[in-house]
Amino acid sequence: MKTPARKHPLWLAFMLHRVSGLALALFLPLHFWVLSYALTAPVTLDGFLRWTEYPLVKFAEFGLVFLLAVHFFGGLRLLALEFLPWSDRQKTLAATAVGAAFLVSGTFLLKAI
Amino acid sequence: MPADEPMLRVSVWRGSGTKGEFENFDVPVRENQTILDIVSWIQQYADPTLSYRFACRVGMCGSCAMMVNGEPRWTCRTHVNKVASHDNSLTLEPLRNLPVIKDLAADLAPFFEKWVEAEAFHHPESTREDEIAAVDPESAERAGIDAAIECINCAVCYAACDTVAGNVDYLGPAALQRAWTQFQDERAGSKDAILDAVSGSGGCHNCHSMGSCAHYCPNELNPLIAIADLKRITAWRRLKGGSNA
Amino acid sequence: MLDVRLYLAQRISALIMVPLVLGHLAVMIYAIQGGLSAAEILGRTKGSFFWFAFYGLFVLAVSVHASIGVRAIVHEWTGIGKRALDIFTLGVGFILSVLGAWSVMAVTLT
Repeated sequence: MKTPARKHPLWLAFMLHRVSGLALALFLPLHFWVLSYALTAPVTLDGFLRWTEYPLVKFAEFGLVFLLAVHFFGGLRLLALEFLPWSDRQKTLAATAVGAAFLVSGTFLLKAI
Repeated sequence: MPADEPMLRVSVWRGSGTKGEFENFDVPVRENQTILDIVSWIQQYADPTLSYRFACRVGMCGSCAMMVNGEPRWTCRTHVNKVASHDNSLTLEPLRNLPVIKDLAADLAPFFEKWVEAEAFHHPESTREDEIAAVDPESAERAGIDAAIECINCAVCYAACDTVAGNVDYLGPAALQRAWTQFQDERAGSKDAILDAVSGSGGCHNCHSMGSCAHYCPNELNPLIAIADLKRITAWRRLKGGSNA
Repeated sequence: MLDVRLYLAQRISALIMVPLVLGHLAVMIYAIQGGLSAAEILGRTKGSFFWFAFYGLFVLAVSVHASIGVRAIVHEWTGIGKRALDIFTLGVGFILSVLGAWSVMAVTLT
C-alpha cells in the first residue's frame, strides 16, 4: 500500500491538533450536560464531582487539561503562521507548544493531587 | 552476472487503473545508482513491458516522481543507498493521490487541471502598444517569489499532502503556490480572478499546514509560505468587503 | 471543504477564545485545589454577570469553532457530500450552543 508521507514533526503537530480538537468537541456535550445539573439537581452535580477524588479520574482530568492546552498552544502557532510574517522556526514552535501544554497540565495535576 | 554479486530486492507495482499487485525483481547493485537506474534496468533487462515516465534525468523536468518505500521522490536524483532498507529491499509505486495509467506511470491530468482551476497561469492585459512592464528584481514581491518559481511541477507535494488525499476538490500545494507567484507578478491583470479561484471550497483555506509539501519538495521549496500568504490576502480582502467569494 | 467565509469564522472564533481559554485554564488550576464541590463552583458563578458573559461568549465561540473543525475532519475522513456536510456542521453547532447555553444558565442564573 502507498503509505502516506508522515514521518516529520509538523505532520505530527497537525495530527495532535486534529485529535485533541476532535476529543474536546466530543467531550464538550458531556461537560455541558454535567454542569446543567447545577440547575435541576445540585445534589447530582455533587455526586458527579465526588468522582473527581479518584486518582484515575484525576489523571483523566489531567488528560483533558492537556488536550485543551495543547490545542490552545498549537492553535496559537497556527494563527501566527497564518497571520504573521513567515517564520522558519515552525518545528521549534510546535515543540514549544507541546512543552507549554505539559507545563500547564502538569501544574494542574500537581494542584489536583 | 557473477553469482555472488550483491542484489537489490525491488517490489514494483504492476497494473492499471485501480487493479494491480506487486512484482518482485532482483536488480544488481551498482555504484552511484539512482532509483531511475533501477527502473530502467528492470525495463531493459527483466521486463520490457514495465511502464514508467522520465525525460531529463537531471532533476529539471519533473517527470519521474514515484513513491519510493512509501515516500514521494524524484527518482532520477534519489540515490539507492540513501533509501534502500538495510536488507537491500525497495518498494516502488506510482505517485499517491493520482489515478494510475499503468505500472509506475501516474496520470497527472487532475494535478494540472487544478493549476488551471487555481488560475495559476499568466493573466496578460497589456497589448503591443503598451510599454513593457518593468519588474524590479530587488522589489519585495519579486524577491519573495524567487524560490517559488523554481517549482518543476513534479507533483511530489501533491502526493505527499494528506489534505489532497482527503479532499478531492483541494487544489493542492503546487497549484496554490503557482497561483501565488502569478498574483505577485506586477504584469498580471485580473488579480481578483486569482484570489476568487483560491477562495472556493477547494481553495487555500483547506490547508492544515501539515507541511508535507515542504518536507518532501525535492527542490526544497516551501509552499506553506505561499499558501499562508494567500490565506492572509484573501481573508483581508473578504473582511474589507472586497469580494463575496 | 472550507471557503474563505468558514475559514474566517473559524479563525476569528479562535482569536476570541485566546483570552477565554487562558482564563479557563487558570480557573481550573485554581479551583482544583482542595477538590471540587458544587457549592464552591456555584458560589463563584451564581449571579455573576462576569462569568455569565465570559462563559456565554466562550460557548458561542466554541460552537462556531468546533463545528467547522469537525466539518473538515468528517469531510476528509468520510468524504460525505456538501449538502450532508452543511447539515452536519449546522447540527454540531446547534447542539453545542444549546447544551452550552443551558449549562451556562444553570451555573450563573440565580
